[in-house]
Amino acid sequence: MDRRLAAVLALVLLAVPLAAQSPPLEVPYRMFRLANGMTVILHRDTSVPVVGVNVWYHVGSANEKPGRTGFAHLFEHLMFEGSKHVKEGEFDTLLEAAGGNNNGSTNNDRTNYIIDVPKNALELALFLESDRMGYLLDTMSPERVNGQRDVVKNERRQSYENRPYGQASIELDKMLWPANHPYNWPTIGYMEDLTAASHADVVEFFKKYYAPNNASLSIAGDIDLDATQKLVEKWFADVKGGPPVEPVAPPAAILSAVKKQTLKDRVQLPRLYLAWLTPRTYAPGDAALDMASAVLTGGKNSRLYKRLVYDTQIAQDVNAIQASGALGSSFQIVATARPGHTVEELQKAIDEELARLRREPPDKRELQRAINQTEANFYRRMERVGGFGGKADQLNSYFVSGGGPDYFAEDLARYTSLSPSDVQAAIIEWLPPDRRVELVVLPEEKK
Amino acid sequence: MRTLLFVIAAVATVGAQSAPDRGRPPQLGPAPQLNLPPIEKRVLANKLPVWIVESHEVPLVQVNLVVQAGTGNDPAGKFGLASLTAAMLDEGAGSRSALEIADAVEFLGADLSTTSSFDASAVRLNVPVARLQDALPLMADVAIRPTFPEAELNRLRQERLTAIIQAKDDPASVVPIAFARVVYGTTHRYGTPAMGTEATLKAFTTADLRRFHADAYQPANATLLVVGDVKPDAVLPLLEKQFGTWSAAAAARTSPLPQAPQLTQGQLYIVDKPEAPQSQIRIGWVGVPRSTPDYFPLQVLNTILGGSFTSRLNQNLREEHGYAYGAGSRFDMRLSAGPFFATAGVQADKTAEALQEFFNELNGVLKPIPAEELTKAKNYVALGFPSEFEAIDDLSSHLEEMVIYKLPDTYFSRYVDNVQAVTADAVQKVAATYIQPKKFAIVVVGDRKSIEPKIRALELAPIHAVSVEDVFADREIR
Repeated sequence: MDRRLAAVLALVLLAVPLAAQSPPLEVPYRMFRLANGMTVILHRDTSVPVVGVNVWYHVGSANEKPGRTGFAHLFEHLMFEGSKHVKEGEFDTLLEAAGGNNNGSTNNDRTNYIIDVPKNALELALFLESDRMGYLLDTMSPERVNGQRDVVKNERRQSYENRPYGQASIELDKMLWPANHPYNWPTIGYMEDLTAASHADVVEFFKKYYAPNNASLSIAGDIDLDATQKLVEKWFADVKGGPPVEPVAPPAAILSAVKKQTLKDRVQLPRLYLAWLTPRTYAPGDAALDMASAVLTGGKNSRLYKRLVYDTQIAQDVNAIQASGALGSSFQIVATARPGHTVEELQKAIDEELARLRREPPDKRELQRAINQTEANFYRRMERVGGFGGKADQLNSYFVSGGGPDYFAEDLARYTSLSPSDVQAAIIEWLPPDRRVELVVLPEEKK
Repeated sequence: MRTLLFVIAAVATVGAQSAPDRGRPPQLGPAPQLNLPPIEKRVLANKLPVWIVESHEVPLVQVNLVVQAGTGNDPAGKFGLASLTAAMLDEGAGSRSALEIADAVEFLGADLSTTSSFDASAVRLNVPVARLQDALPLMADVAIRPTFPEAELNRLRQERLTAIIQAKDDPASVVPIAFARVVYGTTHRYGTPAMGTEATLKAFTTADLRRFHADAYQPANATLLVVGDVKPDAVLPLLEKQFGTWSAAAAARTSPLPQAPQLTQGQLYIVDKPEAPQSQIRIGWVGVPRSTPDYFPLQVLNTILGGSFTSRLNQNLREEHGYAYGAGSRFDMRLSAGPFFATAGVQADKTAEALQEFFNELNGVLKPIPAEELTKAKNYVALGFPSEFEAIDDLSSHLEEMVIYKLPDTYFSRYVDNVQAVTADAVQKVAATYIQPKKFAIVVVGDRKSIEPKIRALELAPIHAVSVEDVFADREIR
């Protein structure tokens, strides 16, 4: 491991003379596999007496079947409702009484669960995680499914239906991905599919996707490595393995023309969405497009922010993002018009700036500014052990994406090794003007 | 391959030997003690206090200049001035323009923010420690020598006026603004958003900003907080150079905000949002200042009522009835008494049912709390406390709290004991004092046509219909 790190650091220093003297970016870990197939990653950090326990199940909304969109996320909710040896409500009660917090999240590709506890409650967290991994179905009931179905429908109302522009991201994915591609439907699901989800679906989904061989457990914090390994073996050894999970095989996703659509919403300001299909996470082009988003909208001097928001003030906001996924990514530019201005004005200005970057690469300083910020952010991500985005979560994320848990330095090197012409090339290749989605949200007519 | 198989076999054996007893949850060992790092207190030549806390885990440093003047110090007729002044600090400072500042800061990998709250303003720098020396002059310019260019003021003004339009479109943004207006009215500073109103925003001049800055941003009114991978003796000369010559003008006299009059009888306001699929609800009145002697019993009370996932409001409205994605409550403690409120977004067709459940829980918490529930709440607050000191910005925000509310040095080291010392009697007493549901204001932002009839049938309080425009105007709606 040391040799690999030294090599990467040398590369970093050569590429970034200005950001020299950065200490090594390294997260030492121990990794092992249980007989039931579950991978375990341990990392010791004693800065505060807290432990982050983090489980990734390698299943997301991309694994859903037609007519059951939103199911992976609904299932995530059911994981907190009790299991054979944990009565309904006890999962949260026991953790709160120990000073702990918990949460879960679902995206296209994975479902993750976090439990953050004071270090004396580590074993409690392992008991709870192992019990729902091994014995969730023993006490599952149609009533529990109904209860969380109502909660999830209200989550959908709160986060999408009652939120200005909330339907746009759902519509954008429908336009970007072919109907039979699993990124076509939203992780939150369609209302009618949430209504249709049944207890039988829960049983089938659990047996298919929630076995330990389809999960990885990462623990970071104030732990003793040997003692923690023994505790993990103690609590998870009786969880039975399941059949291997077939990887999702998506159909090809290609945009061959401009697709346009207009939505009406209860808003006063028009908003423009431009989107392209781009390389999946960690594939060549992915990091360059991250830096393209920074060059376009990262900070006051970025191309689009400066022109649309700062100089001409025709936009209230503009944001670009490379939204990376395991099966493919999308690059999105979103801008909201100021009162009295139109999406046509926004689109013309955005297209002119994209055309300029296709003709000539960004300045060296422009890219270096973005890289320096990215590098600093890697260190900022080293501070917390638990929660979403803490070290336990990141170790699991890197493991799942195939690079190994301590992929921090390699990941950073994806950015520090970029040149301005790499960013230009990515924009030329992946953000063409004639193959993309153009979605507009306009104010509803007053009634 | 053989080695791998061997390891797996060994693991399986270990697992089989100690098959876990799942009959009861594992016992917790003794709770860990949190050893807070010491605060090194120094003073610069101009008497500016500097507090330094070492934290060497990550090569970063956080430097916060806290200025003890915020939205609460906005002059009458100029609501929004503290917020706009803070936002304008990095729009031109020293010899640099807004664009030059942004470029320089970002190039260093730094994060420099300028912000204000009801009680204070702050300039916060987070930077790789190797770049601290380069970033501090930028921070000092922004905090001490802002130039407040006219063009930038006009740009931010338009940005904020547009943000008000956007807030009107969003029921989740309308509800706190409507609630504050109903509880505090137009005169008290807490009744109007920190950003101000359309009218005040249109009237601000660069002279207003300059005056507020000159009065409030002074070494006698500020504290410099440094947390991170630094040694006090090494960092102090850098701070002295950048902040030590900041001239100490006469300390500004800021008068404390008056205590807002308390509500005396329940009133219900429906803010109409036609076709909204959810209703945003907020219920409450004037709460307590941060200096309240009831701080710890109130923390425990609120944890039980609506301050945690297993709290009564969340269990009822989310887990039991499925009316909401989540529900909670909060005592927003400021220098003067901020609001207490219970809140949720509920599905439109269950608005009345949800309101009834809110009042069931608000009344229910007045009865004696079962011992087990009380212990759970105390443990949740006390045992989870160490995790609030993990990152350097956690530490620095706790230091800011100490400065702004003049908390004693031992405050955080005694916090856990103070929580555990809360008795059932104390919780019941503060509940009776601060939770008086009959006098609460109730604000519902939703589809009036469909929700009003069932709400009316509840006979909770007199009902007033209000428009979104009423909420944002400079006039009383109560």
